[in-house]
Amino acid sequence: MSSLLEKVKRFEPPKEKKFLHTLFEGFFTFLFTPDITTHGKGVHIRDRMDLKRTMVIVVLALQLCYIFGTYNIGHQHFLALGQHVAFLEAVHLKLLHGLIKILPVFIVTHIVGLGIEFFYAAKKGHGIEEGFLVTGALIPLIMPPDIPLWILALAVAFAVILGKEAFGGTGMNVVNIALLARAFVFFAYPGEISGDRCWVSGLEFEGTVATGEVYGWVHHLFDGLFKGLGLATFGDGGAAVVDGFSGATPLALAKGGWESVTAHYSAAQMFWGDLPGSVGETCKPAIMAGALMLAVTGIASWRIMLSMILGAAFMGIMFNWWGFDAHMNMPWQYHFYMGSFWFAMAFMATDPVTASNTNTGKWIYGFFIGVLGIVIRVMNAAYPEGWMLAILFMNVWAPLIDHFVVQANMKRRMKRARVVAN
Amino acid sequence: MRKGFTRLILITSFLFLQQLAQAQNPGGDGMKGLSVTLLAVVVLIAFFVIIQVADNLVRIEARKSGVDDQEGRFSVLPGFRDFFRRKIPAYAEGARFVSLKAGHNINLEGQAPAVIDAGTKAATFAVQPPNFRGMLPIPKVVVEVGSTVKAGDHLFFDKTNEAVKYVAPVSGEVIAVNRGERRSIREVVILADREQQYRQLPAFDLEYSSREELVNFLLDSGGWSLLRQRPFDVVASHTDVPENIFISTFDTAPLAPDLNFVVQGRGAAFQKGLDVLGKLTKGKVWLGLDGNGQNAPSPVFTQAKGVEKCWFAGKHPAGNVGVQIHHVAPITPKSIVWTLGVQEVITLGALFSERCFNAERIVALTGAELHEPKYVRTSIGANIGELLKGNLAEGNVRLVSGDVLSGEKTASAGYLNFYDDQATVLAEGDFHELFGWLLPDLATPSVSKALSGSRFPDTVYRANTNMHGEPRAFVITGQYEEMLPMDIYPQHLMKAILTNDYEKMEGLGIYELIEEDVALCEFACTSKQPLQQILRTGLDMMNEQG
Repeated sequence: MSSLLEKVKRFEPPKEKKFLHTLFEGFFTFLFTPDITTHGKGVHIRDRMDLKRTMVIVVLALQLCYIFGTYNIGHQHFLALGQHVAFLEAVHLKLLHGLIKILPVFIVTHIVGLGIEFFYAAKKGHGIEEGFLVTGALIPLIMPPDIPLWILALAVAFAVILGKEAFGGTGMNVVNIALLARAFVFFAYPGEISGDRCWVSGLEFEGTVATGEVYGWVHHLFDGLFKGLGLATFGDGGAAVVDGFSGATPLALAKGGWESVTAHYSAAQMFWGDLPGSVGETCKPAIMAGALMLAVTGIASWRIMLSMILGAAFMGIMFNWWGFDAHMNMPWQYHFYMGSFWFAMAFMATDPVTASNTNTGKWIYGFFIGVLGIVIRVMNAAYPEGWMLAILFMNVWAPLIDHFVVQANMKRRMKRARVVAN
Repeated sequence: MRKGFTRLILITSFLFLQQLAQAQNPGGDGMKGLSVTLLAVVVLIAFFVIIQVADNLVRIEARKSGVDDQEGRFSVLPGFRDFFRRKIPAYAEGARFVSLKAGHNINLEGQAPAVIDAGTKAATFAVQPPNFRGMLPIPKVVVEVGSTVKAGDHLFFDKTNEAVKYVAPVSGEVIAVNRGERRSIREVVILADREQQYRQLPAFDLEYSSREELVNFLLDSGGWSLLRQRPFDVVASHTDVPENIFISTFDTAPLAPDLNFVVQGRGAAFQKGLDVLGKLTKGKVWLGLDGNGQNAPSPVFTQAKGVEKCWFAGKHPAGNVGVQIHHVAPITPKSIVWTLGVQEVITLGALFSERCFNAERIVALTGAELHEPKYVRTSIGANIGELLKGNLAEGNVRLVSGDVLSGEKTASAGYLNFYDDQATVLAEGDFHELFGWLLPDLATPSVSKALSGSRFPDTVYRANTNMHGEPRAFVITGQYEEMLPMDIYPQHLMKAILTNDYEKMEGLGIYELIEEDVALCEFACTSKQPLQQILRTGLDMMNEQG
């Protein structure tokens, strides 16, 4: 290990080259934990936990979503074309197609996001902070699989510069960076991220007629290999989609009530995630496993998760009670089958920087996200899903919630002082 | 936690009942299902309340009639409440008992066994003006290098507060007055005589003297320097009368000395000290007693007279006097309270019972980097190198006066701080670790549930001084609250200090804290923030404001 350390140290650029030095520091601390020790005053020992480890646990919790999401991209693609319809048929093709879609998204997100992070770290003269580790892992999961890369790059740059660096870097941002990137796409390029057309990858639309895309060189490259191995191949592509294909997500259908959803997707399908949607949000068990991991390790607040479930359930029940239209009349528990509720709960609302800081505040914060998300989902015809907006909205309100909680603490103390003084 | 659990049960039962109601009545509309559910929940709660009330009545009746010899034997719901409440140990029955949930015990290797090693002696001792907070950096030193002093003779005093005299802990020759930055005086060093000589104090009649006479006696005899004042943790002001005086009789810090052991055979002096303190306050003298153990603490503490007692059970920092004050009579901006350590009370008592300044200290030498951790009998301000001679492990180690959370780094030429009764030796962690942030690590203490730390609370660790990460901005929330058993929001307080928001600092309770209280928060901090340093900056700011 020490010899490796020396080898790596030999590459250290001089301190005058700020950008290179920051870059080196970033990679060096990725490889080795630094040898800095505690100061003479204050604590002499420190907890093993640091921000890098915290962030990496979140990234690990996302891995099941990545695996399923990648596979599901391919599966939905073939399902739309009517090929390899069974879930576990032609696994290699589906996985490869998924990788071809997700890897560029992942790489572009990181090149743009980390590039900006490195630039600002060098400019401000501090170490590279880990915030983007999680943001960068989240962004590909909340985008449609076919998101144009330039739009993605623009969105990431927008979110990181205006959402984070403008406020002072990791730990200082007001709103969730990953959601800000998604909101940017949502409002600037709504065609790419809403409607029925964007959720299945590799389709081309002419008017209302959809065909499969003509496969590119990567597909062909692997086709050669697959042919050699005697496996199924992609072929040339350009096949027509099956009759009756719509590409609509359950939420788009939910306006017509639960029956019109179940006409397309069974409850089990929605639970296990075999349906179109953003990459990471479809498979509920994978998300729940991640959520459980975060709650058990104490990385994410179980208070926020629980109160968000309560808030959503409460609002669902209220709507049932009101019962104005078909969507409102849909039994409240079915809301949990559709859309990205679980993903938003586990990974978005629990971001410690943008959530409420106080435990009391966390209950309120989570509850209102739950309430607002369902309100937007049910009442606003323009936005089929509400969690992104609900969380961004509550991110903005979180400091106010904390303010009142903290004020209550101060009042308590003041009252006590007065009692003692009398 | 208990609240959360109750809520959880309520919620799950609610959801369950809702499902049940719907399964039973699939054709019914939502409205009906909802009202049925609500009704069911109300019935359930009413049922539960009735049972609880009846249960309590049985309990009370059984206790009244004397058939219930142990708590809870006659209750219908045996043990339900005991799941959530720490059982009050039998020895603390009927007394004021505070159970603290927040906190964490850091178990380190190198605990001293309860034997005093008579062979270990220090030859040089020092009184260090920087130990007395609130004093100017350059006090007036009244002895010269080469002069001989008796234990209890005046060494120096603060030029702005001449009444408080700081005295020699041992008799011998003053061999050095060491200076630090800008000619500030760092330490006055005494080479101790083999046979100790004491400055004989006049007999003092505690019963018939006024408070003023007592104060003057303490100021002159050196006893005053033993009293510390909160807020700010400064040497007590002799013009103020404290509302209460607090003494914690147990120390929960890592490897801290067992005060039950330390106080053995010195009960009379301790009681005398308490009597003296009783004369100094307009309120009460409070003893914080340890309610954690299987057995009761030393009778010196439990049977102390003329004091109020309160039991505390919980992990570190339950033994910190600041935490105990918070739960007994919280410090307000206008209040003044004094605090002392147990051995300081003994020295205070000895001024009256032995009529001399007896600075004897039983000090725990602890830490994994010692061949043999042990207790030694020495005096205030002993030289650390001499105490640890031949006992240090090879390698790069750090010597700390005090515990690893709030002690001060020193060298083998350094001295124990005035108020410390512990020295700790631990390994320096100035090395790199390959993927140290990624690999699972069970050998380093941690409060995080992501590592094993809080899962196996009895694990004993060998810690080093590595930071285990780089400093970052505040990111994780709720972490400090779990480490500080007080109704305080430490993170908001720290931010208020960093932004110089005086009003918020006061409102959020800065007066109730000193460094040692947030030390565990600093240990746990994922962002590696220097909380103790930030807090001291804030306290100094508030102190300057007056």
